[in-house]
Amino acid sequence: MPLDWAYVAVFALVGAGMAALPLGIVWLLAPRSAYPQKRIPYESGIVPFGEAWSQFHVRYYLFGLAFLLFDIEVIYIYPWAVVLRELGWFAFVEMLIFLGVLGVGLAYAWKKGALEWV
Amino acid sequence: MGLGGFLGAVWQVELVRMVVLAAVVFSFLAVGGPLFLVLAERKISAWIQARVGPKHVGPHGLLQTVADTLKLLYKENIVPHRADVVLFSVAPVLVAVAALLDFVVIPFAPGWVVRDLNVGILYFAAVSSLTVIGILTGGWASNNKYSLLGGLRSAAQMVSYELPLGFSLLVVATLTGTLSTVRIVEAQPYPAHFYPPVIVAALVFLTAATAEANRIPFDLPEAEAELVAGYFSEYTPMRFALFQLGEYGSLLASSALFTTLFLGGWKGPFALPGLGPVGNGLVWFLGKTYAVVFLLMWVRWTYPRFRIDQLLNISWKLLLPVSMVNLLVAGLLVVAVR
Repeated sequence: MPLDWAYVAVFALVGAGMAALPLGIVWLLAPRSAYPQKRIPYESGIVPFGEAWSQFHVRYYLFGLAFLLFDIEVIYIYPWAVVLRELGWFAFVEMLIFLGVLGVGLAYAWKKGALEWV
Repeated sequence: MGLGGFLGAVWQVELVRMVVLAAVVFSFLAVGGPLFLVLAERKISAWIQARVGPKHVGPHGLLQTVADTLKLLYKENIVPHRADVVLFSVAPVLVAVAALLDFVVIPFAPGWVVRDLNVGILYFAAVSSLTVIGILTGGWASNNKYSLLGGLRSAAQMVSYELPLGFSLLVVATLTGTLSTVRIVEAQPYPAHFYPPVIVAALVFLTAATAEANRIPFDLPEAEAELVAGYFSEYTPMRFALFQLGEYGSLLASSALFTTLFLGGWKGPFALPGLGPVGNGLVWFLGKTYAVVFLLMWVRWTYPRFRIDQLLNISWKLLLPVSMVNLLVAGLLVVAVR
């Protein structure tokens, strides 16, 4: 088992290295002629108006929160999926209740308008 | 002791094997992913729109993306002056690494899998969602309003479609009683009474995978008429190319996972003569995977884009309830006929 995760770690490191390699080649080969105007963020050709790092709409948080809740529930279902065959009806009824509660939660969010793009 | 005890007696050999495998899989990802798929996409779109497509570089334009990549190496790297330099540089690398990590659990042929993790599909769901962090980081770090909006939209979209995607994975896990990709392939073809939930799960998976890959009809994050280029508006050529690597790499990975879960992986309807089990497996597996990629490209060049409220409604109000019920049906079948 630890060996499996050693593979994953080495893949991540080698992948990052190989992805950074062309950036190194660019650093060696590509021309560099910096002047301030070139580094202005693109905003349809005008000089940028204020910072981009400002408030953004609350709807993104709503979807983020809803996702967080549901995603955690989904994680709980993985072990259930593996052992369902052995546990039988007991596990099925438990999941029925679990997903039922989850469904009520979804219906509530739906009714409250949390899933509307306003 | 230390590292030696952790990896076994011949840990140097194992380490070399890891590095070589990682390099080989990365090369496959780069060549079979963007290098080939960008050309394929241009040729297929040209074919669908009755154009010719690239034809001048190499025979039939086959070397077009190679030439483009070489050109990108000679282009200046520009960082916007108010950007967060560290995050700006890390984001494209993270997206590329996420695509590479997907391939750790993809079985290409009998015995040809980097690591048959016992939590295979859970692992896949975890690492493939690293892409959204890369995209959000890139959009944020650019300090550009279009990039930020593109990154946020992308995050909203990808997390929404991750839920139906997860439920589709769970249907397969429920039917086969395992999370290991190799054992899922071995369990196929599924018994006939499992077909209805599997077909629903496959359709949900395909829809969600298109959305996860940010492709038309779900390409809101980089809707060019509204957001210039979305989260990579500020990225100069080579870093842009890394985003492309991640994007086409995860497209390839999703198609490979679809093949693994629903199309029988390396198994084929008949054995091709003279290739052996591994050769056969590779041919069938890659054939099916690229057929799925072709299907997604066909969809891309056929349908218009959804609006963002429609896009989120499809996920939360249609796919999510359907896939929850579908999972229960699958569970009922498993318990009833075990």
